Parts: sequence; structure tokens; C-alpha cells
Amino acid sequence: MSVEFLNAAEVILNGLMAGVLYSLVALGFVLIFKSSGVFNYAQGVMALFAALTLVGLQTGQVPFAHLINAIFGARLHHWGGGLHLAAAILLTLAVMILLALLVEKLVLRKLVNQPPIILFMATIGLAFFLEGFGDLMWGADIKSLDLGLPSGGALWWEQVTRAWAADGDAYYGMYVDKLDVFAAGIAVTLVVALTLFSQYTKTGRALRAVADDHQAALTVGISLRALWVVVWSIAGMVALVAGVLWGAKSGVQFSLSLIALKALPVLILGGFTSIPGAIIGGLIIGVGEKLFEYSVGPFIGGASENWFAYVLALVFLMFRPQGLFGDKIIERV
Amino acid sequence: MLPRAGQNFPPALPRRLLIALLAFAFLGVPFIINDYWEKSVLVPFLVWSMAALGLNILTGYCGQVSLGTGGFMAVGAYAAYKLMTIFPALNLFVVVIFAGGITAAVGLAFGLPSLKIKGFYLAVATLAAQFFLVWLFNKAPWFYNYSASGQISAPTRELFGVAITGPTAPPYATYLFCLILVTGFAIIARNLTRGRVGRSWLAIRDMDIAAEMIGISPLRAKLSAFAISSFYIGVAGALFFAVYLGAVEPTEAFGIDKSFLVLFMIIIGGLGSLAGAFLGAAFLTLLPVLIKNMMVGGLGWSPDLVAHLILMLLGALIIWFLIVEPRGLAQLVRVATEKLRRGQLPRKQGPR
Repeated sequence: MSVEFLNAAEVILNGLMAGVLYSLVALGFVLIFKSSGVFNYAQGVMALFAALTLVGLQTGQVPFAHLINAIFGARLHHWGGGLHLAAAILLTLAVMILLALLVEKLVLRKLVNQPPIILFMATIGLAFFLEGFGDLMWGADIKSLDLGLPSGGALWWEQVTRAWAADGDAYYGMYVDKLDVFAAGIAVTLVVALTLFSQYTKTGRALRAVADDHQAALTVGISLRALWVVVWSIAGMVALVAGVLWGAKSGVQFSLSLIALKALPVLILGGFTSIPGAIIGGLIIGVGEKLFEYSVGPFIGGASENWFAYVLALVFLMFRPQGLFGDKIIERV
Repeated sequence: MLPRAGQNFPPALPRRLLIALLAFAFLGVPFIINDYWEKSVLVPFLVWSMAALGLNILTGYCGQVSLGTGGFMAVGAYAAYKLMTIFPALNLFVVVIFAGGITAAVGLAFGLPSLKIKGFYLAVATLAAQFFLVWLFNKAPWFYNYSASGQISAPTRELFGVAITGPTAPPYATYLFCLILVTGFAIIARNLTRGRVGRSWLAIRDMDIAAEMIGISPLRAKLSAFAISSFYIGVAGALFFAVYLGAVEPTEAFGIDKSFLVLFMIIIGGLGSLAGAFLGAAFLTLLPVLIKNMMVGGLGWSPDLVAHLILMLLGALIIWFLIVEPRGLAQLVRVATEKLRRGQLPRKQGPR
């Protein structure tokens, strides 16, 4: 195999890994959109907030330390201890569920029956609030997140791929980050678990019923409000997983919520109402932007990852607004 | 789709108060303005008012949500920069208006998808404009005249012998220049929104299918809204760069946070209300300045702590306004002035 081909294959492989993480964030969007019709812009900031909380608990930061210090002139930063990873994850989950409860009670309930675009703007407000809140609670500095997972290049894979190159070519093997492979594994597990949950549990069925038809679901006695809390909690959990994986990869920082913005074109590609769509859309965007940067990037000055996903989504919207797998958009007067 | 603010009827500000305010702004303020007020309050207020007027035409009147405001402001800024450097003798008013025109053309191109898609689909499509345009101005050296830093800085240009741009411009000159443009274009916007075009925008916003049935062309209504809105935003971008900041770097000056800032201004000020654009711009220009002065200056808190508090406050305010008063500050002011005038509560004007 020629070196060019192997290089392209490496780009595609790494694109798939990045795509998995886009898919994860997009999954949170789809879950909320299907069941409540809310386009939750705050999903990315939720991922950031979850990751911040996890790091904070794990390292034993004092929440709101800066604020307390500013008001009382104290000098707090850490309370010593720090929790075990599993305990920290459980506590973070509890925080995300509490957040879901509050969002339902304070925001969604007040905006029932408003046009979707109003709800969309409300979630933008929520995103700003949560960003400020997260920074206030845990500080805005970049934090590293240690999950105890292996990271760095997989050596044996480099060995294997080096053998594939033709003799005499200077080729040093493909680089694949172990952490990315683990992330992909976790993402696949999560998707399978969610699918099983929505197929075989009572709550899962209720969720699908609400997604199909709100009013019919209400008439058979499904409580919409309770379900919204459930959905936002699940989305919070997905946000936690996405935030933790991104955080472990590139540090827990504000740019996490900007990466999450990329989930929007993913959704347009995959369709707003389709879980498989979110996954496949994420993979397409991940591979697409890496390949584009690899093949066209050098001629146009690079950094095309900034906009490629959005422009692809724009082109897609012109021809197939419902996305690859979404329900056809039908308007009735 | 969006909350209707009516046709400013009754007006948010009574006519006499408005005239008094304008007279003071033109005849009083230039004599007492100083550097601090110019740089941190008045000129930013005018620039953001211009941008908010533009976005309000598109979002408040025509119902098309855009998250590309930052990108379009960048187009205005770079157009102004190129015009100022290629034609050094060109009158500054002409520069700014041409910059608006160029932005309108770009806005028209990015508005094309609005013919097929709407709502947050369109919002995502406008993100493409935001990220692509900022990237373009970063990567194509022609736009920044091949300067080593990648920044653009406004050369000194004069009107009637007084510098308007550049480091030597006196505060009253930059202020008056912005004020004249903003006042002029606010009057034009008022006439536009009350005329045939404006009514077609409102019809499209309230129900596009019904509007089409009574003979309004969605093509013309939506594209004209995109073009005119982009024109205003482009002028705002030109003023932001040439008069207010003097030198900009695209990623920082025209990032997506600017798009959100302007969107927040019109939500808080009042969607579909011209007075709302001004109130929202004033509110969001003054709020951070006030809070910063109070907490950083007064209490001695660290600036980033205060920045986080401002973010939280902003988010909470957006949600509060959307829930409690979707017609924004403009409606609050309207109710208050009605109360003062009649000495009693006005009848509530039906829930949207």
C-alpha cells in the first residue's frame, strides 16, 4: 500500500474517533428534541458543566471558593480530601438530575406552548447562565481530567501498519490515540444501553410514545412533566459522558462548549429526530472535516475545521432539510 | 413565530420626550462629552444600537433568527478598511454606507437558504456565515493588506478638517459621526417598517403560508429583510472597527459572542420594536459597565469573578424576559409612560 493511501486511512480513522464524540453531544440534543420539541442549545455547556463538576469533586475543590473568598475575605480553595472517581461520577450524576429538575420547574414549565424558536432562545439564556455558574462554582482555569484510562499512541498498531507500507517507503505507522479508542467503546456502549432502555423499559416506551404524539401520550395517562425531567436527566448523563471524554482528551475548559456547537451541523446532517442519524451524522462530520483539512486545507491556509461542518450543513439544508434520517418536515395550515 | 410587539402603537416613548432626548444628544452632549463617556458608554451604545436595529429588522420584524451577526459585522469592518485604504480621499460617510452595501450583498447570499428552511434550521445555517467569514478574514491576506500581525487598523480620516478615525479623533467628533448615522438610519428603519415592505415582513413572520396566499412574495420579503438587516449590521461593523476600536483582530472582535450579544439586546429590548433595539443596546452596554464599576471598583472583587456573575445575570435575564415579558423593555417603558400619562393602569393589550 502506498504511503498516501495509508496517510488518508489514518486521517479517516482519527476522523471517526472525533466523530464519535460529536455524535455523543448530538445524541443529547436528539433525546431532548424528540421528547419535548425543545432544541437545547445548552447541551454543550451542560457537558462542560458536568465535566467541571466531576473534576471539582474528584480533586476536592471547594465550590464557589472565589465568591466566598471575595465576600468573606477567606482563602479557600480545596478541602483536602477529593473523592474517589466512582463516587465523584455518582455525585455529578445527582447534580445533573437536580439540574434537570430545576430546568423543568423554572424554565420549561413556564414556556409550555410557546413557539419552538422562543424555547430555543431560552436555552441560549440557559447556556449563558450555566456557563457563568459553572465558572463561578469551580473556577475558569483549564483543568486536566484523569480518568485512569490509558492514553497516548497505540504502539502495536503502529508496528502492524508499518508492515503494510511498500518496501523502501519511509513510513512510520499510523497514530491512533488509545484514549480515543476507549472513548469510542464507551460511546457505543452508551448508545446500545439507550436503545435497550427505550425498547424494553416502561419509561423508555413512554418516552417513545411522547415522541410520536404528545396528545395521544397524555390521553393514555403518561405524565409529560415527569418525562421531561427524565429526558433532561438522561441528556445530562449523556452530557457528562461527552464532557468527561472531551475533557480527558483536551482538558476541561470553555472551548468544550464550542466543540459542542459542532453538534448542530451533525444534527442537520443526521436529522433532528433520529438517534442513528445523530451517530452517523457525527461520523460523517468527523471524517469529512479531517479529510477536507488533509486534502484541501493546505491550499487555502488551513484551519478549515472551523467552518467545514457548518458549510456542509448549509449545503445539505438546501437539498434535504430533514437530514438523512429525520422525519420529513410537513407543514399543515 | 415570534412575540408580536405591534407596530409601536402606542409608541414606547412619547414624541415630546423623544424630541427632547434627541435635542440633548445633538446639542448638549457634544459639549460635555469626555474620553471616558465616549469610549465606554456613548459610542459603543450607538454602534450596538445600529447592529440591534439591523438584527431586529430580520429577527423581530421578519421572524428569521440569525446567529451570524458577528460575521456580518466583520464584513462591514473589512469593507470599510479596504475602501479607506484603496480610496484615501473618499468621504467617510460614503465609506460607511458602501461598507453597508457590500455587507448587504453578502447577507443576501447567506439569506438564500431562508427560502427553504426556517426556525433553528436557519439559525444553524447562519452559523456557517459566522464561522466561515471570520475564518476568511483571518486567512486571506488581501483583506488585511498583508500586515504582519493580521490586524487591521483604521487610518486617520477627516471630515470638515476634524479627524473622525485614528488615534487623534476628538471624542465629540466620533460621537457626532455615529449619532448622525444612527439617527438617520433609525428614521429610515421606522419608515421601512411602517411601509409596504415592513408589513410584508410582519406577515411573513406571523404566518408565512398565509402571507403567501394573500400575495406576498416570500422571496422578496425574506431576501429584502436579509439585505437591509445586513446593511445595518455592516454599517455597525464599520463604525465598530473604524470609529470605536480603531484596530481589530477578527477572531476576537467578531466572534460568535457578538452574535449572541446583539440577539440578547433585541430579546431584552423587545423583538419587533425599534425603540426596543435602542433600549436593549443601552441596557447591555450599561449593565456590564455599572456592575464592573460597582464590584471591581467598589468591592475590589477580581474581574473574572465579576465576568462570571455578569454571564449568569445575562442568562437569567434572557429567560426572565422570555417568560414574563416577551415584548421586552420597550413594553415595560410603554406601560410605564402610559401609567404616568393617564395616572392609571392601561388596559392589558391581549396576550400576544
